[in-house]
Amino acid sequence: MADNNAREYWKANIRIVLSLLSIWFLVSFGGGILFVDLLDNIRFGGFKLGFWIAQQGAIFVFVVLILVYIFLMDKLDSRYKNRSFEVQHKENEGSEQ
Amino acid sequence: MSVQLWTFAFVILSFGLYIGIAIWSRAGSTSDFYVAGGGVPPLANGMATAADWMSAASFISMAGLISFIGRDGTFYLMGWTGGYVLLALLLAPYLRKFGKFTVPDFIGDRYYSQSARLIAVFCAICISFVYVCGQMQGAGIVFSRFLEVDITTGVIIGMTIVFFYAVLGGMKGITYTQVAQYCVLIFAFMVPAIFISILMTGQAVPQIGFGSQLTEAFGGGFLLDRLDGMSEQLGFPTYTEGQRSTQDVFFITAALMFGTAGLPHVIIRFFTVPNVRDARRSAGFALVFIAILYTTAPAVAAFARTNLINTVSDLPYAEVPEWFTTWEATNLISFTDKDNDGRIRYVGDPELNELEVNRDIMVLANPEIAGLPNWVVALVAAGGLAAALSTAAGLLLVISTSVAHDMLKRSFMPSITEKQELLFARCAIFVAVLIAGYFGINPPAYVAQVVAFAFGLAAASFFPVIVLGIFLKRMNREGAIVGMVAGFTFTAGYIIYFRFINPAADNAENWLFGISPEGIGTVGTLVNLAAALTVAKFTQEPPEDVQAIVEDIRLPEEALN
Repeated sequence: MADNNAREYWKANIRIVLSLLSIWFLVSFGGGILFVDLLDNIRFGGFKLGFWIAQQGAIFVFVVLILVYIFLMDKLDSRYKNRSFEVQHKENEGSEQ
Repeated sequence: MSVQLWTFAFVILSFGLYIGIAIWSRAGSTSDFYVAGGGVPPLANGMATAADWMSAASFISMAGLISFIGRDGTFYLMGWTGGYVLLALLLAPYLRKFGKFTVPDFIGDRYYSQSARLIAVFCAICISFVYVCGQMQGAGIVFSRFLEVDITTGVIIGMTIVFFYAVLGGMKGITYTQVAQYCVLIFAFMVPAIFISILMTGQAVPQIGFGSQLTEAFGGGFLLDRLDGMSEQLGFPTYTEGQRSTQDVFFITAALMFGTAGLPHVIIRFFTVPNVRDARRSAGFALVFIAILYTTAPAVAAFARTNLINTVSDLPYAEVPEWFTTWEATNLISFTDKDNDGRIRYVGDPELNELEVNRDIMVLANPEIAGLPNWVVALVAAGGLAAALSTAAGLLLVISTSVAHDMLKRSFMPSITEKQELLFARCAIFVAVLIAGYFGINPPAYVAQVVAFAFGLAAASFFPVIVLGIFLKRMNREGAIVGMVAGFTFTAGYIIYFRFINPAADNAENWLFGISPEGIGTVGTLVNLAAALTVAKFTQEPPEDVQAIVEDIRLPEEALN
């Protein structure tokens, strides 16, 4: 893979990781700990929202985050695989001329 | 059939299965022995990781702990699952691309230093030993309670089984037994939980039953409201409200998350899959499998607590159910009739309270308290053993690879052949099993506490230097060594000071920023990070070939052609 591509791939990777980690932080440390008392004012079924996030909701979010990560990275990988293919292809054509 | 017969049947069946798998999956090479030949499918690795991860503490103690601390139990629940997000996003794919056998391998190569490798070996062995002793002890408790053999015999049986499949099969044997152990433990955890949920709320899914109304027989109303009401009435803290300070809960949660991501026996599981794509997938599978137990546990905690109060509060002692008497014999539940009225007064005020309940028995006794059929009660024993043995095996493997691979092959005796290395690895497991067994039988009084501290140590030593090693090309040898040493020493020092040297001072007033020793690993992580970054800034950047390694691990084969 060309150097340029490698750099871009890494940047895209960092973007994905950072955005997922911000959700991770907001939900667990934000919803489950820092703002738990505030969220407890909202009720659904037999749960207070803050308590539910702290004991169950956050875990569901963690699972979803990893699944989204797998999906996004697969997409990123295949995009770059095709691209570096094209680059090489062009280079080959160039050398033949 | 009696509970004991059922227990024997389940334990013998499951042990037979583990031995069968061990014989089928013998290891032939060091690669088989260390990373199962690198050919484990992601689904199987997910299950193995889940069993590796969920220890006797998760299975036996966690729900019980939560049922006594209420909402604050979140630091176990979020801490021990949220770490997987870090592991999946920041570590697993890159370490897989790096593609060696152990965590010290990575640290030694990335930081081009034998000293860094040996410090990593030291940390890995410390963390794993502390942790494995707790597992052996857990296995001992289950044996002694359910099979009525003494703890020593129990530990020896457990040791023999682990020894058999770990020595024979190495990582390959361990992986496939862990897959079986995951199935056993999740079945054993879920069946009683579902039974109790149906009994108390009419809901078959415990996660939903947790937020549902109780049936008429249990007095109606939402489970959690009722639990809050009862707690208040008896002078216990309100179940759905926190007792610890916000910053303490914050720091403990963070320490457990960073620790989870830094535990060597979990990290090495990601070396066993064929490629980066599968490493990501198996982290996903692992968390799904773990989440099944972890979202059920808080429900079990609330059910068990409600049930316990309902059953024993104000009950005449002469009328206690059978389970009460059997657990009394193990000293895990005890009643002192302070006012001599013959009734059990179970209240929050320690002066007036007459009932002491050990938190560890909540999961083990829960099916009995709820009056479930004998086979369900017996299932729990097999599940507890599966949880303890699977984790013990994973830890023993870390110890053995650290000795045979990192210390001998890569440091002191680089000329040994693969065959000799394999022999040393097997010997190391043998010795480690013996030492772990010894501590299982003669547990130092503080083992249970120290297990929780293993996380703080893993967080403060490994997590930052691995992440920096991947994400910061400029990070160098000097920074990593200073970081690891500073983080580890700071955390260990704080814990040792408050727990062993000056336990009298162990309260919120004396703690640094009100952070308890359980949560100090987070500060240790920050110390490590700060020290590493500062030192790296003023020392030479890493050599070209090391920077090339970093470039390389950032790109998975999947994105290349």
